[in-house]
Amino acid sequence: MPTRTYADIEVEVDAEGFFTDPSTWQEGMAPEIAREAGVGELTDRHWQVIKFMRHQYEESGSGPTVRVLGKTSGVGIKELYQLFPRGPAKLAARIAGIPKPRGCI
Amino acid sequence: MVLGGGAGGTLSANRLHRQLGAEADIVVVDADDRHVYQPGLLFVPFGMARPADLVRSRSAQLRPGVGFRQAVVQQVDLEANEVGLADGTSLAYDVLVVASGAVLLPEETEGLTGPGWGDTVHTFYSLEGAALLSSALARFEGGRVVVAMIDMPIKCPVAPLEFALLADSYFSRRHIRDKVSLTYVTSLDGAFTKPVCNRQLSGLLADKGIDVVTEFNTGTVDGEGRRLISYDDREVPFDLAVVVPLHGGAAYVGRSPGLGDELGFIPADEATLQAKAAPNVFVIGDAAGIAATKAGSVAHFEGETLVANVGHYLRGEPLAARFDGHTNCFIESGHRRALLIDYNNETEPLPGHFPGPIGLPLLKESRLNHLGKLAFEHLYWRVLLPGRDVPGVGAAMPRAGKRPEAAITT
Ligand SMILES: Cc1cc2nc3c(=O)[nH]c(=O)nc-3n(C[C@H](O)[C@H](O)[C@H](O)COP(=O)(O)OP(=O)(O)OC[C@H]3O[C@@H](n4cnc5c(N)ncnc54)[C@H](O)[C@@H]3O)c2cc1C
Repeated sequence: MPTRTYADIEVEVDAEGFFTDPSTWQEGMAPEIAREAGVGELTDRHWQVIKFMRHQYEESGSGPTVRVLGKTSGVGIKELYQLFPRGPAKLAARIAGIPKPRGCI
Repeated sequence: MVLGGGAGGTLSANRLHRQLGAEADIVVVDADDRHVYQPGLLFVPFGMARPADLVRSRSAQLRPGVGFRQAVVQQVDLEANEVGLADGTSLAYDVLVVASGAVLLPEETEGLTGPGWGDTVHTFYSLEGAALLSSALARFEGGRVVVAMIDMPIKCPVAPLEFALLADSYFSRRHIRDKVSLTYVTSLDGAFTKPVCNRQLSGLLADKGIDVVTEFNTGTVDGEGRRLISYDDREVPFDLAVVVPLHGGAAYVGRSPGLGDELGFIPADEATLQAKAAPNVFVIGDAAGIAATKAGSVAHFEGETLVANVGHYLRGEPLAARFDGHTNCFIESGHRRALLIDYNNETEPLPGHFPGPIGLPLLKESRLNHLGKLAFEHLYWRVLLPGRDVPGVGAAMPRAGKRPEAAITT
């Protein structure tokens, strides 16, 4: 497994940079992951989504889709795409240190 | 009491009846008595199946001794252990099996059911939709065909991909393939998102001249202007759009406090299939808010676990049976060939053979798999619904025959 160092701590990630063990994530790592993923400075709105992602993951064992984020995170889908361009569910999952949202094959 | 007489509800009721015999009073509630073989919907648009042949009576699929009540479920009262029906009556239960599947929510996407719906914009995910699309395709003489998956979760997530592959084959057969462009649009970051599948199958779409647009979350369907518009303002133009609408749980779930999640699916323990909402509620099939794929084969493999655990629950024992997320899908790839994938929560689809070293080829196009896909219909009515086991195929995912070394990235 590849590793990355965020906030001076070495963590295991998968080939696409998603945390393999979400419990190794800390809030202090998020700004560095965001920069690496091309998201830039994290605002309060970003944090609202990131915290919601963590919460959902802890509740259900998987990250929410864009649709669920739009319905329940308090941030609408249009804005989600402004905050996390291209793939909000995927990018926010990576910054929140949880596994990549599941596809099928 | 079993809510829903589709694949999961029917096979659960039949298995429960066989296991518990006269000990239990089993009733299946469904809104209608028309059981549709949904995997057949894929073939209807291409004239490869007739709508009427896909429908049979629901009650006729139940073992003698299992009750059938035709009624619309209005809500579930978890405190009172009662199910309210639309006709005002309520039914009490000791154990509830939720098998009410997923519903299509085309209204949730702006413009999807607006101008152009049924004309330039279609779906094959319902019987009516598939029949309508079949005449639209027959009239189609050329132009841009776009197949779009708006967002997960959907039933049978490979079906839109299969549609695109079959469309290639269909237009070739009509000798107009060169007049048709085919585009597959997905909200995910690839047509194949698992590494091994991606490596083995990425050439498949390119070889057939199917373009892929990824991370495209359709926000608006403009049927008149003939374009899909994503939430981040990208556009995909079309002459004929085939859209898989968003899915949600049955409407009554939202009216039943504590039962479902924000999309109306029922959160449950991934392994025991016991609902998070109450210990005497179990979930099977598309209705479940769990990681497992929404497919008939999954409902079949879940059946064994569900029935064993309902038995354990009734006897006051720990729920010992565990489901591993086993999924098995034939992927029709056109020109009378198909692929087969077999996986579970832990193991991604791998190459090799199924169910053992000698068997159907995995992750590879073959004629044999196409015959397997056609044989699934017979298996569905004769083996899956009666709640029997497929000879040689256990509920847990088989490891023999798989080549895990293929998963090691170089
Ligand atoms: C186009 C397409 C292709 C597919 N291809 C495949 C394939 O190749 N292989 C495969 O394994 N699977 C395939 N599937 C998926 C498969 O059909 C489903 O996963 C399977 O039917 C799930 O069974 P279920 O019992 O959960 O839901 P369903 O079979 O949909 O049954 C749910 C039942 O609940 C009833 N119900 C809902 N709400 C209420 C209410 N309020 N009151 C009363 N009754 C209610 C409905 O009437 C319905 O009968 C495909 C699906 C589609 C759409």
